[in-house]
Amino acid sequence: MMMILGIPAPLLFGQLMLGVVNGAFYALLSLGLAIIFGMLNIVNFAHGALFMLGAFTSWGLLNYAGIGYWWALLLAPLIVGAFGVVLERLFISKLYKLDHLYGLLLTFGIALILEGLVRNYYGSSGLPYRIPAELQGAQDLGFMIMPNYRGWVVLAALVMCLITWIVIEKTSIGAKLRAATENAPLVQSFGINVPRMITLTYGAGVALAAFAGVLAAPIYSVNPGMGANFIIVVFAVVVIGGMGSILGSIITGFGLGIVEGLTRVFYPEGSATVIFVVMVIVLLARPAGLFGRAH
Amino acid sequence: MRLSRRALLGTAAALPAAAAIRQARAQRPVIKIGVLTDLSGVYQDIVGPLAVESTRLAVSDFGVADKGFDVEVLIGDHQNRPDVGSNLVRQWYDRDGVDIVVEGGSSAVALAVAGVAKDKNKAYINSGGATSDLTGAACNANTLHWTYDTYMLAKSTGAAMVKAGGDRWFFITADYAFGHALSRDVGNFVTQAGGRVLGGVRTPFPGTTDFSSYLLQAQASGAKVIGLANAGADTTNCIKQAKEFGIKTPLAGLLMFISDIHSLGLETCQGLFLTESFYWDLNDRTRAFSERLWRRMPNRRPGMANAGPYSSTLHFLKAVHAMGPAEAKKSGAAIIAQMKRMPTDDDVHGQGIIREDGRKLHPAYLFQVKKPSESKRPWDYYNLIGTTPADEAFRPMKDGNCPLVKT
Repeated sequence: MMMILGIPAPLLFGQLMLGVVNGAFYALLSLGLAIIFGMLNIVNFAHGALFMLGAFTSWGLLNYAGIGYWWALLLAPLIVGAFGVVLERLFISKLYKLDHLYGLLLTFGIALILEGLVRNYYGSSGLPYRIPAELQGAQDLGFMIMPNYRGWVVLAALVMCLITWIVIEKTSIGAKLRAATENAPLVQSFGINVPRMITLTYGAGVALAAFAGVLAAPIYSVNPGMGANFIIVVFAVVVIGGMGSILGSIITGFGLGIVEGLTRVFYPEGSATVIFVVMVIVLLARPAGLFGRAH
Repeated sequence: MRLSRRALLGTAAALPAAAAIRQARAQRPVIKIGVLTDLSGVYQDIVGPLAVESTRLAVSDFGVADKGFDVEVLIGDHQNRPDVGSNLVRQWYDRDGVDIVVEGGSSAVALAVAGVAKDKNKAYINSGGATSDLTGAACNANTLHWTYDTYMLAKSTGAAMVKAGGDRWFFITADYAFGHALSRDVGNFVTQAGGRVLGGVRTPFPGTTDFSSYLLQAQASGAKVIGLANAGADTTNCIKQAKEFGIKTPLAGLLMFISDIHSLGLETCQGLFLTESFYWDLNDRTRAFSERLWRRMPNRRPGMANAGPYSSTLHFLKAVHAMGPAEAKKSGAAIIAQMKRMPTDDDVHGQGIIREDGRKLHPAYLFQVKKPSESKRPWDYYNLIGTTPADEAFRPMKDGNCPLVKT
C-alpha cells in the first residue's frame, strides 16, 4: 500500500475528500454571514439557528405536507428567508445605528429562543431525514467509498457560492448593494430604496443558511443543536477570510475544511481546535483576515 | 336571614371541631420528592419529561391515600451543569424541605449532587448518570445508583460481542471523562475475553458533527467491531454516517437508549448491539408499566433511564411506609439504609436488591436492533440476545473501593 508521511494513501485521500465536503458547509454558511456583515454590519449570531430551521423546515415539509427533498431545497430557503425578512423588519433594523455588540446580543438571543422552541416541540435527540432516492448509493473511488449525496453537496454548494458571487460582483443589483454599504445616503439620493435592499439582503443571507440546512438534513440528524455546533467554526472561517469578504469566505471555507480533515488523520483530538489556531495566526499576521481590506 | 340563638350557639360549638379536622389534615406529613433532570438539553429524551412522569406514576401506583402521608413532586432542570444542579438541590433540601432527589442527571451532575446529599444528610437516588464512581470511590451513605452504570454496559456489550466473534476492536471515544472511562472499561472486558483493542480516536466533545473520517480510520484499522464510546447525538451521527459511507464493520453502541433508535429509524440501526436494563416489551410487567405510562404521556416508550425513576421512587415510598414518615424525614442516611434492607420489586426491573455500596442490582439485557421487516408495531425495536444475571451484571463490591464497604 502506498504511504504518504506514514499514513496509508487511501486514508489520506479519503480525509481530503471529506475535508472538501465539510468545507462546502463552512463556505455556504460563512458566505451568508459575510454578506450580512458586509451589507448590514450585523454579526448574525442567529445564523446557526436559521440553518437548523432550514433543516427542520425540510423535515416538516416532508412529514406534514408530503413535499420531498427537491422541492424543499427551493421552498425551505424561501420560507426561512421570509422569516428572516420579518426578523429584520421587526428587530434587527432598530439596531443599525448602534454598536455591533447590540446586534450580536440580539441575534444571539434570537438563536437561543429559536433553539429552545424547536427543542421544546421536537425533543433533543433529533429526527430522521432520508437521503433522496436519486442520490442514494455510493461510488467506489478506489481509495474510498464516496456517497453520492456528499458529492452532490459539494456540487450544490459550489454552484450556489458561484451564483452568489456573480450576483454581488457582476450585476447591477450587486453594484448598488456594494455602493449602499459604502455610502447609504448617497445611494438613496439616487432614488434607490436602501432600507428595502438591506432587508432583502438579510433575507437572502438567511435563505443561504436555510439552503445549507436542507443540504445537511440527510447527513446529520435533524436536531435543535445542529446549528450551534457549526456556528462557532463558521465565525472563525469568516474572521480568517476577512469580515464581509465574499470570495474570502468561500475560499477559506473550503480551505479550512481540508485543514480540518488532515488534522483528523494526524491528531484527531486537535481537529476541533485547529481552525482556531489558524485564526489566531491569521489575526496576528493579517488582522483584517486573508482577503479582508483594512478599514 | 334570621339566625336563632340556638343555631348560632351550635355553629360556634362546631367551629373548634372543624379547625381540629383541618389541623389534622395539615399535620399529615408530606414527603417531598425532587425530580432533577434535563428538561432543555441533549439528554431531554433519554430522561427528561418522561422520567418526571414515571416518578409521578410511581406515586400514584403506590397509592398514598391509606398510607398516612402525602407526597409532593417537585421538578427541576440541571441543564447538564454540575453547578446549576447542585445549587438547585441545595435549595430544595434547605428551603423547600425536599426529602429525596431522584433521576438526578448525567455523570458530572450526579457526582456533585451526591456530595450535597451527604452534607445535608438527605437522600439521593441517581438514575440517568453513567459513572460507576457513584458506587466506587465517590460512594456515600446517602446515595444510591439505580438504573445502570459504565461497568454494566461495558461488561454486557463488550464481553458478549467478543463471544460472538468480534475480537478486534477500535474505539471512537468522546474526548472527556465519560468517554475515556467507557472505552477503558470495555477495552478491559474485551482483553479479558481474549479479544484485542487495535486502537481508537478521541473526538473533540462537544462540537464534533462529522464522524466519517474517524469511521474510515476505524475501518482501515482492520477491526471487527467499532465501539462507540459516546452518547446522544454523537452516537446517532456515527451510526448514520457509517451507513452512508458503506462501513461494513459492525458497530457497538456502548451507551444507547431506545429514544436514539427511534430518532435514527430501524433502516439505519438494524443489527446494532446495545445494552439496557429495561425494555418496554420485555415481559408482561414491563408492558403493563409502559401502558400505564403511555396513558399519561402518549407517543413515547420509555428507555431504561426514563423508567428507572419509577422503580426507585416506588421503593423509596415503600421504605418510608415501613419506617414511618417522621423517621424517614429525619435522616437521609437512615432512609437509604432502610431501602438497602428491603428487597425491591416493581414492574420495571422485577425483583432485586440494593448492595451495601448503594448499587441497585438487576439483570442487564443485550439487545440487537430489529430489521424493519421484523418490527410489527411502533416502538417494536429490540431482539433480546442475552441476559447477564443481576449478581454478575455489576462490578464486584470489592473492586469498587467504596469506603462504606468494610473488608
